[in-house]
Amino acid sequence: MSHPSKAAEFLKDQAKSHWHDETLWFVRDKRDKISKSIPEWENLRTLASGLKDYVLNNLDSLLLDFEANAKKNGIHVHWAVDAEEHNQIVHSILEKHDCKAIVKSKSILTEECHLNPYLEKRGIEVVDTDLGERIVQFLQQPPSHIVLPAIHLKKADISKIFHEKLQTEKGNEDPTYLTHAARLHLREKFLKAKVAITGVNFGVAETGEFVVCTNEGNADMGVHLADVHIACMGIEKIIPRRKDLGVFLRLLARSATGQPITNYNSHFRSPEPGKEIHIVLLDNGRTRQLARDKFKNSLKCIRCGACMNTCPIYRRSGGYSYGSTVPGPIGSILSPGIDVKKYSTLPFASTLCGSCSDVCPVKINIHEQLYEWRQEITKANPDLAKGMSMKMASGIFTSPLAYKISGSLMRKSLKALPKSIIYNPLNVWGKERDLPNPPKESFKEWYKKNRP
Amino acid sequence: MSNQTPHVGLFIPCYVDQFYPNVGIASLELLEKLGCKVSYPQSQTCCGQPLANSGYERDTIGSSEHFIKTFGDFDYVVAPSGSCIMHVKEHFPPEFHDQNSYKELQGKVYELTEFITDVLKAEIKGKFPHRIGYHSSCHGLRGLRLGASTELNISPFNKAKQLLQGLDGLDWVELTRKDECCGFGGTFAVSEEALSVQMGKDRLADHLEKNVEILTGGDMSCIMHLQGISSRNKQPLKFMHIAEILNQAIQ
Repeated sequence: MSHPSKAAEFLKDQAKSHWHDETLWFVRDKRDKISKSIPEWENLRTLASGLKDYVLNNLDSLLLDFEANAKKNGIHVHWAVDAEEHNQIVHSILEKHDCKAIVKSKSILTEECHLNPYLEKRGIEVVDTDLGERIVQFLQQPPSHIVLPAIHLKKADISKIFHEKLQTEKGNEDPTYLTHAARLHLREKFLKAKVAITGVNFGVAETGEFVVCTNEGNADMGVHLADVHIACMGIEKIIPRRKDLGVFLRLLARSATGQPITNYNSHFRSPEPGKEIHIVLLDNGRTRQLARDKFKNSLKCIRCGACMNTCPIYRRSGGYSYGSTVPGPIGSILSPGIDVKKYSTLPFASTLCGSCSDVCPVKINIHEQLYEWRQEITKANPDLAKGMSMKMASGIFTSPLAYKISGSLMRKSLKALPKSIIYNPLNVWGKERDLPNPPKESFKEWYKKNRP
Repeated sequence: MSNQTPHVGLFIPCYVDQFYPNVGIASLELLEKLGCKVSYPQSQTCCGQPLANSGYERDTIGSSEHFIKTFGDFDYVVAPSGSCIMHVKEHFPPEFHDQNSYKELQGKVYELTEFITDVLKAEIKGKFPHRIGYHSSCHGLRGLRLGASTELNISPFNKAKQLLQGLDGLDWVELTRKDECCGFGGTFAVSEEALSVQMGKDRLADHLEKNVEILTGGDMSCIMHLQGISSRNKQPLKFMHIAEILNQAIQ
């Protein structure tokens, strides 16, 4: 299904789509307020963007530094070329430890690899411990937003799910009550798991350590109780030095949720005696994207989700309308790099308003890349009818004579035709919009008469 | 500006030419009242933006060449549209990027309000006693930086507001979402019809809640979309391009 049809579906429930828009706008507004309390905000964005430029231009050597330093710290480092290899590596570690139940904190990378179904098929219980992720996991849904996975659900929905899954009181929608039930449920899972999986927000090349940011402390809870910690990390998550965190951590939480800092920014450097830390470094198309000059900047993304919160399309169509692991504007420039045909409608799910680029803490030129993807998609996936009509239009634009003729024809037909024809079901513009009243004469005709 | 009266080439976007001649007339008269020598080259065509934004930038070589030929000799090229000016400035195909004729053009194309505030450096004195809601069109705002977008932490400015606030009696309305997109987006308006219309309705609601009398802006394409929805829903809003307001008010 294409983005337009899924968006139209989402919009059918007007009250809910309006609520979705308002909820995410509230987050965007919070982000605006807190970003304006930092006088050097725009400098921070420039710094972060420059650091990421450095990373993308030196990714090979930074990754090798990271690997060497991590190994020195006693961490096992694995390299995965794609999702399949990533999942195999994770599974082999679990097998080695005879582990049948794991806890996992939020990691969009493991969503990208479809790790949960891979492990579940092999008899392993996977419990997502981020509250939002646990909720969508109960529904067997993917996250609809990379920072707020269950943002498409209302309190009443969650109350219903918890009543079914956690036997909470029917109809009790009190957030404190529901969160308490989730805590008790998750605690049991935490205590049982021998292996904990986390994502990685930043891998520090200089020290071989990595940083995981969560608001709920669920990554730490999982990792500290388990014997083995597996950290799944995209290769673009490298930063050169520990001190660079001072730039990124200030931007991340403010951009994501309007908080001054994420509640838990946990640094992992070496395993406790008797325990293990594994890092799986994943490519999965990232080096291909890095080789695309116009699109490589998309790899600067620190997954704050601000472009989703600000996007007037995302807010009104919901995360699932994109059909990709990462939705919203950033997803629409990452996904075509993975499969240009499957995701061909995404770069068109935008008015090119540019709000995503202005809100981005690492200054990714998202809307410009959407424009550039459109140019690529029409080549790679030519929609013949569209191509034809556009070609015809091109002829019209190049010849002033033809343009004039077709223009006056258009005005005449608007006047002559009955409303029922102008607003027939094929006329998409006219379904919910009136057409302009056709004027007596065009500007050009007026000009000839009045400025001879 | 040099002492000689500059020669301005008036670029009137195709849909303005065809559907909103009054906006073209207002732009022409306003520039004349401000002391410019203005010509409208009659061989001009559409700039190619609809094609380029639909992913066919490569098919706009002809219209781009034609544009450079038509407007190359003017001191300035001015249009009552941020969107079309942004296209001319940034989206001619790569073949043109190293051409001097294109580079020169890029340096002298202006959207109408920025031409008045930045080149003519004119203040407009006059009277317009109405309650105005301003629609900040995205390409002008974030493409040409005709104002400070709300995402950025920079000093607030808005070139249209600067001009309108000089008018006596004008009541400028602050919107809740000052620069949210209206959902026009060129072919987006038809390819994502449901979203486009919803976005338009939401923008209109912001203006209506604040009892705006006249909704204005710098791009007729956005206004055409908003007016189309408003008129279908019989809403009590009037629509004017900023050129029409300034030309009507100027003394």
